[in-house]
Amino acid sequence: MKVLLPLSALCALLMLASLLIGPAGAGLGGSLAALWSGEGALGLVMREIRAPRAVLGLLVGASLGLSGAAMQGYLRNPLAEPGLIGVSASAALGAVIALQTGFATAFVLALPIAALAGAVLAVGLILIMAGPGGGSLALILAGVAISALAGALTSLVLNLSPNPFAANEIVFWMMGSLADRSWLHVAIAAPFMAAGAAMLWGAGRGLDALTLGEDAAASLGIDLPRLRLRLVLGVAAMVGAATAVAGAIGFVGLVVPHLLRGAVGARPGRLLAASALGGAALVLAADIAVRLILPGRDLKLGVVMALIGAPVFLHLIWRQRRGR
Amino acid sequence: MVRLAAALVITLAGAAAAEPQRVVSVNLCTDQLAMLIAAPGQLQSVSWLAADPSVSLMPDQARSVGLNHGSAEEVFLQDPDLILAGTYSTGPATEMLRRLGMRVETMAPATSVEDVRAAITRMGALLGQPARAAKVLADFDADLAALPKGAPRRATTYGANGYTSGPETLSGDVMRRAGLVLLTEGAGQMALEQLVMAAPELIVTGSRYPTPSRAESVLDHPALAAIPADRATVPDRDWICGLPAIVGTAERLAQ
Repeated sequence: MKVLLPLSALCALLMLASLLIGPAGAGLGGSLAALWSGEGALGLVMREIRAPRAVLGLLVGASLGLSGAAMQGYLRNPLAEPGLIGVSASAALGAVIALQTGFATAFVLALPIAALAGAVLAVGLILIMAGPGGGSLALILAGVAISALAGALTSLVLNLSPNPFAANEIVFWMMGSLADRSWLHVAIAAPFMAAGAAMLWGAGRGLDALTLGEDAAASLGIDLPRLRLRLVLGVAAMVGAATAVAGAIGFVGLVVPHLLRGAVGARPGRLLAASALGGAALVLAADIAVRLILPGRDLKLGVVMALIGAPVFLHLIWRQRRGR
Repeated sequence: MVRLAAALVITLAGAAAAEPQRVVSVNLCTDQLAMLIAAPGQLQSVSWLAADPSVSLMPDQARSVGLNHGSAEEVFLQDPDLILAGTYSTGPATEMLRRLGMRVETMAPATSVEDVRAAITRMGALLGQPARAAKVLADFDADLAALPKGAPRRATTYGANGYTSGPETLSGDVMRRAGLVLLTEGAGQMALEQLVMAAPELIVTGSRYPTPSRAESVLDHPALAAIPADRATVPDRDWICGLPAIVGTAERLAQ
Protein backbone atom coordinates (compact mmCIF):
# COMPACT_ATOMS: atom_id res chain seq x y z
CA MET A 1 0.00 0.00 0.00
CA LYS A 2 2.76 2.43 0.89
CA VAL A 3 4.00 2.20 -2.70
CA LEU A 4 0.66 2.23 -4.48
CA LEU A 5 -0.56 5.52 -3.08
CA PRO A 6 2.39 7.69 -4.16
CA LEU A 7 2.45 5.95 -7.54
CA SER A 8 -1.24 6.69 -8.06
CA ALA A 9 -0.65 10.31 -7.15
CA LEU A 10 2.25 10.46 -9.60
CA CYS A 11 0.07 9.01 -12.37
CA ALA A 12 -2.65 11.57 -11.69
CA LEU A 13 -0.12 14.39 -11.79
CA LEU A 14 1.37 13.15 -15.06
CA MET A 15 -2.10 12.75 -16.60
CA LEU A 16 -2.78 16.38 -15.81
CA ALA A 17 0.57 17.45 -17.26
CA SER A 18 -0.11 15.41 -20.38
CA LEU A 19 -3.43 17.20 -20.82
CA LEU A 20 -1.84 20.62 -20.44
CA ILE A 21 1.22 20.24 -22.67
CA GLY A 22 0.94 20.48 -26.43
CA PRO A 23 1.83 22.55 -29.48
CA ALA A 24 -1.37 24.61 -29.27
CA GLY A 25 0.12 26.26 -26.17
CA ALA A 26 -2.98 27.45 -24.33
CA GLY A 27 -3.01 28.67 -20.73
CA LEU A 28 -3.58 26.37 -17.78
CA GLY A 29 -6.93 27.77 -16.65
CA GLY A 30 -8.26 28.17 -20.18
CA SER A 31 -7.30 24.61 -21.06
CA LEU A 32 -9.05 23.11 -18.06
CA ALA A 33 -12.15 25.23 -18.61
CA ALA A 34 -12.23 24.15 -22.25
CA LEU A 35 -11.80 20.51 -21.21
CA TRP A 36 -14.77 20.91 -18.88
CA SER A 37 -17.05 22.75 -21.32
CA GLY A 38 -15.80 21.13 -24.53
CA GLU A 39 -16.62 24.36 -26.38
CA GLY A 40 -14.69 26.08 -29.11
CA ALA A 41 -11.51 25.06 -30.85
CA LEU A 42 -9.65 24.59 -27.56
CA GLY A 43 -12.41 22.33 -26.27
CA LEU A 44 -11.98 20.20 -29.37
CA VAL A 45 -8.22 20.05 -28.82
CA MET A 46 -8.59 19.11 -25.16
CA ARG A 47 -11.35 16.56 -25.54
CA GLU A 48 -10.55 14.92 -28.85
CA ILE A 49 -6.76 15.19 -29.13
CA ARG A 50 -5.13 15.52 -25.72
CA ALA A 51 -7.54 13.55 -23.54
CA PRO A 52 -7.41 10.33 -25.61
CA ARG A 53 -3.62 10.65 -25.85
CA ALA A 54 -3.28 10.92 -22.06
CA VAL A 55 -5.70 8.06 -21.40
CA LEU A 56 -3.98 5.87 -23.97
CA GLY A 57 -0.58 6.64 -22.43
CA LEU A 58 -1.92 5.55 -19.04
CA LEU A 59 -3.44 2.34 -20.42
CA VAL A 60 -0.49 1.37 -22.61
CA GLY A 61 2.01 2.02 -19.82
CA ALA A 62 -0.02 0.06 -17.27
CA SER A 63 -0.37 -2.86 -19.70
CA LEU A 64 3.33 -3.01 -20.45
CA GLY A 65 4.40 -2.63 -16.81
CA LEU A 66 1.96 -5.28 -15.62
CA SER A 67 2.90 -7.69 -18.42
CA GLY A 68 6.60 -7.30 -17.66
CA ALA A 69 6.11 -7.94 -13.97
CA ALA A 70 3.94 -11.00 -14.64
CA MET A 71 6.38 -12.56 -17.11
CA GLN A 72 9.33 -11.93 -14.83
CA GLY A 73 7.45 -13.45 -11.91
CA TYR A 74 6.50 -16.54 -13.85
CA LEU A 75 9.90 -17.12 -15.43
CA ARG A 76 11.73 -15.93 -12.29
CA ASN A 77 13.98 -13.98 -14.58
CA PRO A 78 14.36 -10.17 -14.54
CA LEU A 79 15.12 -10.12 -18.30
CA ALA A 80 11.69 -11.39 -19.34
CA GLU A 81 10.17 -8.26 -20.88
CA PRO A 82 7.64 -8.12 -23.72
CA GLY A 83 9.66 -5.65 -25.80
CA LEU A 84 12.97 -7.39 -25.29
CA ILE A 85 11.88 -10.94 -26.03
CA GLY A 86 9.85 -10.23 -29.13
CA VAL A 87 6.27 -10.24 -27.84
CA SER A 88 5.74 -6.61 -28.81
CA ALA A 89 7.45 -7.14 -32.17
CA SER A 90 5.20 -10.13 -32.89
CA ALA A 91 2.12 -8.15 -31.88
CA ALA A 92 3.25 -5.40 -34.25
CA LEU A 93 3.63 -7.98 -37.02
CA GLY A 94 0.08 -9.19 -36.40
CA ALA A 95 -1.22 -5.62 -36.48
CA VAL A 96 0.69 -4.71 -39.65
CA ILE A 97 -0.55 -7.81 -41.48
CA ALA A 98 -4.12 -7.01 -40.44
CA LEU A 99 -3.79 -3.41 -41.61
CA GLN A 100 -2.16 -4.21 -44.94
CA THR A 101 -4.48 -7.08 -45.87
CA GLY A 102 -7.57 -5.08 -44.98
CA PHE A 103 -8.55 -7.53 -42.23
CA ALA A 104 -8.36 -4.62 -39.75
CA THR A 105 -11.37 -2.98 -41.38
CA ALA A 106 -13.44 -6.19 -41.39
CA PHE A 107 -14.87 -5.45 -37.93
CA VAL A 108 -14.13 -3.05 -35.09
CA LEU A 109 -11.92 -5.25 -32.92
CA ALA A 110 -10.09 -6.98 -35.80
CA LEU A 111 -6.89 -4.96 -35.33
CA PRO A 112 -6.29 -5.77 -31.63
CA ILE A 113 -7.31 -9.38 -32.23
CA ALA A 114 -4.68 -9.75 -34.94
CA ALA A 115 -2.05 -8.17 -32.68
CA LEU A 116 -3.13 -10.46 -29.87
CA ALA A 117 -2.72 -13.48 -32.13
CA GLY A 118 0.83 -12.39 -32.93
CA ALA A 119 1.57 -11.89 -29.25
CA VAL A 120 0.08 -15.28 -28.23
CA LEU A 121 2.37 -17.02 -30.71
CA ALA A 122 5.41 -15.23 -29.34
CA VAL A 123 4.62 -15.71 -25.63
CA GLY A 124 3.77 -19.37 -26.20
CA LEU A 125 6.98 -19.93 -28.13
CA ILE A 126 9.05 -18.15 -25.47
CA LEU A 127 7.57 -20.24 -22.66
CA ILE A 128 8.22 -23.44 -24.57
CA MET A 129 11.77 -22.48 -25.50
CA ALA A 130 12.75 -21.07 -22.12
CA GLY A 131 11.31 -24.04 -20.26
CA PRO A 132 9.56 -23.87 -16.91
CA GLY A 133 12.64 -22.71 -15.00
CA GLY A 134 13.27 -19.89 -17.47
CA GLY A 135 17.05 -20.12 -17.92
CA SER A 136 18.41 -16.71 -18.95
CA LEU A 137 20.33 -17.92 -21.96
CA ALA A 138 17.46 -19.86 -23.53
CA LEU A 139 15.05 -17.01 -22.82
CA ILE A 140 17.22 -14.33 -24.38
CA LEU A 141 18.24 -16.43 -27.37
CA ALA A 142 14.64 -17.36 -28.11
CA GLY A 143 13.65 -13.74 -27.59
CA VAL A 144 16.31 -12.41 -29.94
CA ALA A 145 15.30 -14.90 -32.61
CA ILE A 146 11.62 -14.06 -32.34
CA SER A 147 12.31 -10.29 -32.25
CA ALA A 148 14.50 -10.46 -35.32
CA LEU A 149 12.06 -12.59 -37.28
CA ALA A 150 9.01 -10.52 -36.36
CA GLY A 151 10.86 -7.26 -37.08
CA ALA A 152 12.07 -8.47 -40.45
CA LEU A 153 8.62 -9.72 -41.48
CA THR A 154 7.05 -6.44 -40.38
CA SER A 155 9.53 -4.55 -42.56
CA LEU A 156 8.82 -6.90 -45.45
CA VAL A 157 5.06 -6.48 -45.25
CA LEU A 158 5.40 -2.68 -45.08
CA ASN A 159 7.88 -2.61 -47.96
CA LEU A 160 5.50 -4.63 -50.12
CA SER A 161 2.63 -2.26 -49.43
CA PRO A 162 1.48 -0.24 -52.45
CA ASN A 163 1.13 2.78 -50.16
CA PRO A 164 4.38 4.80 -50.40
CA PHE A 165 3.96 6.05 -46.82
CA ALA A 166 3.83 2.52 -45.41
CA ALA A 167 7.55 1.83 -45.71
CA ASN A 168 8.28 4.83 -43.49
CA GLU A 169 6.08 3.30 -40.86
CA ILE A 170 8.61 0.66 -39.86
CA VAL A 171 9.90 3.22 -37.36
CA PHE A 172 6.48 3.65 -35.81
CA TRP A 173 5.89 -0.07 -35.38
CA MET A 174 9.32 -0.64 -33.88
CA MET A 175 9.52 2.48 -31.72
CA GLY A 176 5.94 3.35 -30.84
CA SER A 177 4.20 6.72 -30.63
CA LEU A 178 1.01 8.13 -29.15
CA ALA A 179 0.74 11.09 -31.53
CA ASP A 180 -2.70 11.83 -32.98
CA ARG A 181 -4.45 8.86 -31.41
CA SER A 182 -8.18 9.24 -30.85
CA TRP A 183 -10.92 7.80 -28.65
CA LEU A 184 -11.40 5.13 -31.30
CA HIS A 185 -7.99 3.72 -30.43
CA VAL A 186 -8.80 3.84 -26.72
CA ALA A 187 -12.06 2.04 -27.41
CA ILE A 188 -10.53 -0.82 -29.36
CA ALA A 189 -7.61 -1.35 -26.97
CA ALA A 190 -9.32 -0.95 -23.59
CA PRO A 191 -11.49 -4.12 -23.58
CA PHE A 192 -8.48 -6.34 -24.29
CA MET A 193 -6.37 -4.57 -21.71
CA ALA A 194 -9.11 -4.99 -19.11
CA ALA A 195 -9.49 -8.69 -19.87
CA GLY A 196 -5.71 -9.18 -19.73
CA ALA A 197 -5.43 -7.28 -16.46
CA ALA A 198 -8.18 -9.41 -14.91
CA MET A 199 -6.35 -12.59 -15.94
CA LEU A 200 -2.97 -11.45 -14.63
CA TRP A 201 -4.39 -9.99 -11.42
CA GLY A 202 -5.59 -13.43 -10.36
CA ALA A 203 -2.15 -14.86 -11.01
CA GLY A 204 -0.51 -12.96 -8.15
CA ARG A 205 -0.85 -15.75 -5.54
CA GLY A 206 0.48 -18.31 -7.98
CA LEU A 207 3.48 -16.13 -8.81
CA ASP A 208 4.26 -15.66 -5.10
CA ALA A 209 4.13 -19.43 -4.59
CA LEU A 210 6.36 -19.99 -7.62
CA THR A 211 9.25 -18.17 -5.95
CA LEU A 212 9.59 -21.32 -3.82
CA GLY A 213 10.03 -23.46 -6.93
CA GLU A 214 7.62 -25.46 -9.08
CA ASP A 215 7.23 -28.44 -6.78
CA ALA A 216 6.62 -26.32 -3.71
CA ALA A 217 4.09 -24.23 -5.62
CA ALA A 218 2.27 -27.35 -6.81
CA SER A 219 2.18 -28.68 -3.24
CA LEU A 220 0.66 -25.36 -2.14
CA GLY A 221 -2.23 -26.13 -4.46
CA ILE A 222 -1.23 -23.97 -7.42
CA ASP A 223 -2.50 -25.35 -10.72
CA LEU A 224 0.60 -24.70 -12.83
CA PRO A 225 -0.80 -25.40 -16.32
CA ARG A 226 -3.68 -23.07 -15.54
CA LEU A 227 -1.32 -20.39 -14.29
CA ARG A 228 0.68 -20.69 -17.48
CA LEU A 229 -2.45 -20.34 -19.63
CA ARG A 230 -3.55 -17.26 -17.68
CA LEU A 231 -0.15 -15.74 -18.15
CA VAL A 232 0.06 -16.40 -21.89
CA LEU A 233 -3.40 -15.04 -22.59
CA GLY A 234 -3.14 -12.15 -20.16
CA VAL A 235 0.21 -10.91 -21.44
CA ALA A 236 -0.80 -11.40 -25.08
CA ALA A 237 -4.06 -9.50 -24.62
CA MET A 238 -2.39 -6.54 -22.92
CA VAL A 239 0.71 -6.30 -25.09
CA GLY A 240 -1.30 -7.04 -28.24
CA ALA A 241 -3.80 -4.27 -27.55
CA ALA A 242 -1.11 -1.77 -26.54
CA THR A 243 1.01 -2.51 -29.62
CA ALA A 244 -1.94 -2.44 -32.03
CA VAL A 245 -2.66 1.21 -31.23
CA ALA A 246 0.72 2.62 -30.14
CA GLY A 247 3.38 0.46 -31.80
CA ALA A 248 6.01 -1.56 -29.97
CA ILE A 249 7.26 0.38 -26.95
CA GLY A 250 10.22 -1.37 -25.38
CA PHE A 251 11.87 -1.41 -21.97
CA VAL A 252 8.79 -0.39 -19.91
CA GLY A 253 8.30 -3.91 -18.56
CA LEU A 254 12.01 -4.18 -17.82
CA VAL A 255 12.70 -0.87 -16.10
CA VAL A 256 9.60 -0.53 -13.96
CA PRO A 257 9.62 -3.90 -12.13
CA HIS A 258 13.36 -3.50 -11.68
CA LEU A 259 12.91 -0.15 -9.95
CA LEU A 260 9.96 -1.23 -7.81
CA ARG A 261 11.01 -4.73 -6.80
CA GLY A 262 12.75 -3.58 -3.63
CA ALA A 263 9.84 -1.37 -2.56
CA VAL A 264 7.32 -4.24 -2.55
CA GLY A 265 9.56 -6.66 -0.70
CA ALA A 266 10.45 -8.64 -3.84
CA ARG A 267 7.04 -10.38 -3.86
CA PRO A 268 5.94 -10.91 -7.48
CA GLY A 269 2.25 -10.82 -6.57
CA ARG A 270 2.51 -7.39 -5.00
CA LEU A 271 4.79 -6.21 -7.77
CA LEU A 272 1.96 -6.58 -10.31
CA ALA A 273 -0.16 -3.63 -9.18
CA ALA A 274 2.88 -1.48 -8.46
CA SER A 275 4.35 -2.17 -11.91
CA ALA A 276 1.07 -1.33 -13.62
CA LEU A 277 1.07 2.10 -11.97
CA GLY A 278 4.79 2.56 -12.48
CA GLY A 279 4.52 1.63 -16.17
CA ALA A 280 1.69 4.11 -16.64
CA ALA A 281 3.76 6.85 -14.99
CA LEU A 282 6.82 6.04 -17.11
CA VAL A 283 4.98 6.05 -20.45
CA LEU A 284 3.09 9.24 -19.57
CA ALA A 285 6.35 10.91 -18.58
CA ALA A 286 8.08 9.73 -21.75
CA ASP A 287 5.18 10.96 -23.90
CA ILE A 288 5.43 14.36 -22.23
CA ALA A 289 9.20 14.38 -22.79
CA VAL A 290 8.65 13.57 -26.47
CA ARG A 291 6.45 16.65 -26.81
CA LEU A 292 8.82 18.91 -24.89
CA ILE A 293 12.14 17.87 -26.48
CA LEU A 294 11.16 18.07 -30.14
CA PRO A 295 7.70 19.61 -30.43
CA GLY A 296 5.95 18.87 -33.70
CA ARG A 297 8.48 16.31 -34.89
CA ASP A 298 6.79 13.17 -33.47
CA LEU A 299 9.90 11.85 -31.73
CA LYS A 300 9.22 8.18 -31.13
CA LEU A 301 8.52 6.93 -27.62
CA GLY A 302 10.91 4.04 -28.11
CA VAL A 303 13.82 6.46 -28.43
CA VAL A 304 13.15 7.99 -25.03
CA MET A 305 12.47 4.55 -23.55
CA ALA A 306 15.74 3.16 -24.83
CA LEU A 307 17.61 6.11 -23.33
CA ILE A 308 16.11 5.21 -19.96
CA GLY A 309 16.02 1.47 -20.44
CA ALA A 310 19.45 0.69 -21.83
CA PRO A 311 21.39 1.84 -18.72
CA VAL A 312 19.03 -0.16 -16.48
CA PHE A 313 19.55 -3.18 -18.70
CA LEU A 314 23.33 -2.84 -18.51
CA HIS A 315 23.11 -2.40 -14.74
CA LEU A 316 21.13 -5.64 -14.52
CA ILE A 317 23.76 -7.55 -16.45
CA TRP A 318 26.54 -6.01 -14.34
CA ARG A 319 24.80 -7.02 -11.13
CA GLN A 320 24.18 -10.54 -12.40
CA ARG A 321 27.86 -10.95 -13.28
CA ARG A 322 28.99 -9.72 -9.90
CA GLY A 323 26.44 -11.92 -8.16
CA ARG A 324 28.00 -15.07 -9.53
CA MET B 1 39.83 31.35 -76.89
CA VAL B 2 36.95 33.81 -77.10
CA ARG B 3 36.35 32.83 -80.69
CA LEU B 4 36.31 29.17 -79.70
CA ALA B 5 33.74 29.84 -77.00
CA ALA B 6 31.61 31.84 -79.41
CA ALA B 7 31.80 29.05 -81.96
CA LEU B 8 30.73 26.58 -79.30
CA VAL B 9 27.76 28.72 -78.33
CA ILE B 10 26.66 29.00 -81.94
CA THR B 11 26.98 25.26 -82.46
CA LEU B 12 24.98 24.53 -79.31
CA ALA B 13 22.33 27.05 -80.27
CA GLY B 14 22.13 25.48 -83.70
CA ALA B 15 21.68 22.02 -82.19
CA ALA B 16 18.93 23.32 -79.91
CA ALA B 17 17.05 24.98 -82.70
CA ALA B 18 16.87 21.84 -84.83
CA GLU B 19 13.60 20.07 -84.20
CA PRO B 20 14.26 16.80 -82.29
CA GLN B 21 12.52 13.84 -83.90
CA ARG B 22 12.84 11.09 -81.25
CA VAL B 23 12.05 12.58 -77.85
CA VAL B 24 11.94 10.46 -74.68
CA SER B 25 10.60 11.86 -71.41
CA VAL B 26 11.33 10.20 -68.06
CA ASN B 27 9.48 12.46 -65.63
CA LEU B 28 5.74 12.61 -64.95
CA CYS B 29 5.60 16.39 -65.34
CA THR B 30 7.77 16.72 -68.46
CA ASP B 31 5.79 13.75 -69.86
CA GLN B 32 2.50 15.57 -69.69
CA LEU B 33 3.79 18.96 -70.77
CA ALA B 34 5.57 17.34 -73.75
CA MET B 35 2.41 15.47 -74.76
CA LEU B 36 0.54 18.81 -74.77
CA ILE B 37 3.05 20.57 -76.98
CA ALA B 38 4.88 17.99 -79.15
CA ALA B 39 3.88 17.42 -82.76
CA PRO B 40 2.33 14.01 -83.50
CA GLY B 41 5.01 11.32 -83.74
CA GLN B 42 7.69 13.48 -82.16
CA LEU B 43 7.51 11.69 -78.78
CA GLN B 44 9.11 8.25 -78.63
CA SER B 45 8.01 7.33 -75.10
CA VAL B 46 6.97 8.83 -71.77
CA SER B 47 7.42 7.48 -68.24
CA TRP B 48 5.15 4.71 -66.94
CA LEU B 49 3.84 7.09 -64.25
CA ALA B 50 2.14 9.12 -66.97
CA ALA B 51 -0.10 6.10 -67.60
CA ASP B 52 -1.12 5.85 -63.93
CA PRO B 53 -4.51 7.56 -63.60
CA SER B 54 -3.95 8.28 -59.90
CA VAL B 55 -1.13 10.75 -60.65
CA SER B 56 -1.52 11.54 -64.35
CA LEU B 57 -4.16 13.57 -66.16
CA MET B 58 -3.33 11.97 -69.53
CA PRO B 59 -3.10 8.20 -68.96
CA ASP B 60 -4.70 7.18 -72.25
CA GLN B 61 -2.58 9.49 -74.34
CA ALA B 62 0.54 8.26 -72.50
CA ARG B 63 -0.30 4.65 -73.30
CA SER B 64 -0.73 5.44 -76.97
CA VAL B 65 2.66 7.20 -77.06
CA GLY B 66 4.50 4.30 -75.41
CA LEU B 67 5.98 3.91 -71.95
CA ASN B 68 9.45 3.67 -70.41
CA HIS B 69 10.61 3.03 -66.83
CA GLY B 70 13.34 5.64 -66.78
CA SER B 71 16.28 3.24 -66.74
CA ALA B 72 19.35 4.31 -68.67
CA GLU B 73 19.52 1.08 -70.68
CA GLU B 74 15.92 1.24 -71.81
CA VAL B 75 16.13 4.90 -72.78
CA PHE B 76 19.48 4.48 -74.58
CA LEU B 77 18.14 1.66 -76.73
CA GLN B 78 15.31 3.90 -77.93
CA ASP B 79 18.06 6.07 -79.48
CA PRO B 80 16.51 9.44 -78.59
CA ASP B 81 17.82 12.77 -79.85
CA LEU B 82 16.38 14.55 -76.80
CA ILE B 83 15.72 13.28 -73.27
CA LEU B 84 13.44 15.28 -70.99
CA ALA B 85 13.88 14.79 -67.24
CA GLY B 86 12.96 16.48 -64.00
CA THR B 87 15.72 18.03 -61.89
CA TYR B 88 15.20 15.39 -59.21
CA SER B 89 14.26 12.39 -61.34
CA THR B 90 16.39 9.27 -61.82
CA GLY B 91 19.72 11.03 -61.21
CA PRO B 92 22.15 8.18 -61.94
CA ALA B 93 20.30 7.22 -65.12
CA THR B 94 20.30 10.73 -66.59
CA GLU B 95 23.97 11.15 -65.59
CA MET B 96 24.85 7.97 -67.45
CA LEU B 97 22.88 9.02 -70.52
CA ARG B 98 24.78 12.32 -70.52
CA ARG B 99 28.06 10.40 -70.37
CA LEU B 100 26.91 8.34 -73.31
CA GLY B 101 26.61 11.56 -75.28
CA MET B 102 22.85 11.95 -75.20
CA ARG B 103 21.22 15.36 -74.98
CA VAL B 104 19.44 15.49 -71.62
CA GLU B 105 17.38 18.56 -70.67
CA THR B 106 16.05 18.88 -67.13
CA MET B 107 13.14 20.98 -65.94
CA ALA B 108 12.67 22.02 -62.30
CA PRO B 109 9.27 21.33 -60.72
CA ALA B 110 6.94 24.32 -60.98
CA THR B 111 6.35 26.11 -57.68
CA SER B 112 4.12 28.86 -59.03
CA VAL B 113 1.80 29.68 -61.91
CA GLU B 114 4.57 31.88 -63.37
CA ASP B 115 6.81 28.79 -63.40
CA VAL B 116 4.16 26.96 -65.42
CA ARG B 117 4.07 29.76 -67.99
CA ALA B 118 7.86 29.68 -68.29
CA ALA B 119 7.87 25.88 -68.56
CA ILE B 120 5.40 25.94 -71.44
CA THR B 121 7.59 28.36 -73.41
CA ARG B 122 10.77 26.41 -72.62
CA MET B 123 9.16 23.11 -73.61
CA GLY B 124 8.15 24.68 -76.92
CA ALA B 125 11.75 25.78 -77.52
CA LEU B 126 13.19 22.38 -76.58
CA LEU B 127 10.80 20.53 -78.86
CA GLY B 128 11.25 23.05 -81.66
CA GLN B 129 7.52 23.83 -81.48
CA PRO B 130 7.35 27.50 -80.41
CA ALA B 131 4.12 28.08 -82.27
CA ARG B 132 2.32 25.19 -80.59
CA ALA B 133 3.67 26.30 -77.19
CA ALA B 134 2.51 29.87 -77.82
CA LYS B 135 -1.00 28.55 -78.52
CA VAL B 136 -1.03 26.52 -75.27
CA LEU B 137 0.28 29.55 -73.36
CA ALA B 138 -2.30 31.90 -74.88
CA ASP B 139 -5.13 29.54 -73.91
CA PHE B 140 -3.66 29.19 -70.42
CA ASP B 141 -3.42 32.97 -69.99
CA ALA B 142 -6.99 33.43 -71.22
CA ASP B 143 -8.20 30.82 -68.72
CA LEU B 144 -6.22 32.49 -65.94
CA ALA B 145 -7.72 35.88 -66.78
CA ALA B 146 -11.21 34.41 -66.76
CA LEU B 147 -10.69 32.83 -63.34
CA PRO B 148 -13.49 33.88 -60.98
CA LYS B 149 -12.36 35.39 -57.70
CA GLY B 150 -13.81 33.35 -54.85
CA ALA B 151 -14.52 34.51 -51.32
CA PRO B 152 -11.24 35.12 -49.44
CA ARG B 153 -11.59 32.14 -47.11
CA ARG B 154 -8.73 31.19 -44.81
CA ALA B 155 -7.66 27.86 -46.25
CA THR B 156 -4.97 25.23 -46.00
CA THR B 157 -4.14 21.86 -47.43
CA TYR B 158 -3.76 19.03 -44.92
CA GLY B 159 -2.13 15.76 -45.84
CA ALA B 160 -0.25 12.72 -44.58
CA ASN B 161 1.88 13.38 -41.47
CA GLY B 162 0.13 16.73 -41.08
CA TYR B 163 1.94 18.37 -44.00
CA THR B 164 0.59 21.64 -45.35
CA SER B 165 1.50 23.50 -48.54
CA GLY B 166 3.07 26.90 -48.00
CA PRO B 167 2.96 29.92 -50.32
CA GLU B 168 6.14 28.84 -52.14
CA THR B 169 4.45 25.78 -53.63
CA LEU B 170 2.39 25.33 -56.75
CA SER B 171 -0.66 24.29 -54.72
CA GLY B 172 -0.18 27.34 -52.49
CA ASP B 173 -0.09 29.63 -55.53
CA VAL B 174 -3.10 27.93 -57.12
CA MET B 175 -5.05 28.44 -53.90
CA ARG B 176 -4.01 32.08 -53.84
CA ARG B 177 -5.17 32.52 -57.45
CA ALA B 178 -8.49 31.01 -56.43
CA GLY B 179 -8.86 33.93 -54.01
CA LEU B 180 -8.10 31.89 -50.89
CA VAL B 181 -5.92 33.15 -48.05
CA LEU B 182 -3.28 30.66 -46.97
CA LEU B 183 -3.35 29.71 -43.31
CA THR B 184 0.36 29.00 -43.10
CA GLU B 185 3.23 31.33 -43.85
CA GLY B 186 5.79 28.55 -44.29
CA ALA B 187 5.30 25.06 -45.63
CA GLY B 188 5.76 22.10 -43.34
CA GLN B 189 4.22 19.97 -40.69
CA MET B 190 1.37 21.30 -38.62
CA ALA B 191 0.20 19.39 -35.57
CA LEU B 192 -3.49 18.57 -35.61
CA GLU B 193 -4.11 20.69 -32.54
CA GLN B 194 -2.44 23.68 -34.20
CA LEU B 195 -4.76 23.22 -37.17
CA VAL B 196 -7.79 23.10 -34.88
CA MET B 197 -6.67 26.26 -33.07
CA ALA B 198 -5.96 28.12 -36.34
CA ALA B 199 -9.66 27.76 -37.21
CA PRO B 200 -9.45 27.44 -41.01
CA GLU B 201 -12.52 28.11 -43.15
CA LEU B 202 -11.56 25.61 -45.86
CA ILE B 203 -9.54 22.41 -45.54
CA VAL B 204 -8.22 20.90 -48.75
CA THR B 205 -7.28 17.23 -48.66
CA GLY B 206 -5.75 15.11 -51.38
CA SER B 207 -5.87 11.58 -52.71
CA ARG B 208 -5.78 8.60 -50.37
CA TYR B 209 -4.08 5.32 -51.13
CA PRO B 210 -6.23 2.18 -50.99
CA THR B 211 -4.18 0.53 -48.22
CA PRO B 212 -3.94 2.34 -44.89
CA SER B 213 -0.86 3.95 -43.41
CA ARG B 214 -0.14 5.48 -40.07
CA ALA B 215 1.03 8.68 -41.81
CA GLU B 216 -2.43 9.18 -43.30
CA SER B 217 -4.30 8.09 -40.17
CA VAL B 218 -4.22 11.69 -38.91
CA LEU B 219 -6.71 12.44 -41.72
CA ASP B 220 -9.20 10.05 -40.07
CA HIS B 221 -8.92 11.72 -36.67
CA PRO B 222 -12.35 12.71 -35.30
CA ALA B 223 -10.98 16.11 -34.29
CA LEU B 224 -10.21 16.90 -37.94
CA ALA B 225 -13.74 15.95 -38.92
CA ALA B 226 -15.12 18.14 -36.12
CA ILE B 227 -13.46 21.37 -37.33
CA PRO B 228 -16.28 23.66 -38.53
CA ALA B 229 -14.84 24.39 -41.98
CA ASP B 230 -15.70 23.75 -45.62
CA ARG B 231 -13.98 20.76 -47.21
CA ALA B 232 -12.54 20.31 -50.65
CA THR B 233 -10.75 17.36 -52.14
CA VAL B 234 -8.16 17.91 -54.83
CA PRO B 235 -6.76 14.66 -56.22
CA ASP B 236 -2.95 14.79 -56.33
CA ARG B 237 -2.93 14.55 -60.13
CA ASP B 238 -4.75 17.88 -60.40
CA TRP B 239 -1.81 19.94 -59.10
CA ILE B 240 1.18 17.64 -58.70
CA CYS B 241 2.56 19.00 -61.99
CA GLY B 242 2.64 22.48 -63.42
CA LEU B 243 0.22 22.00 -66.30
CA PRO B 244 -2.37 24.37 -67.79
CA ALA B 245 -5.00 22.14 -66.16
CA ILE B 246 -4.27 23.77 -62.79
CA VAL B 247 -6.62 26.55 -63.86
CA GLY B 248 -9.46 24.05 -63.56
CA THR B 249 -8.28 23.16 -60.07
CA ALA B 250 -8.21 26.85 -59.08
CA GLU B 251 -11.69 27.30 -60.53
CA ARG B 252 -13.09 24.45 -58.41
CA LEU B 253 -11.41 25.84 -55.28
CA ALA B 254 -12.87 29.28 -55.93
CA GLN B 255 -16.39 27.93 -55.65
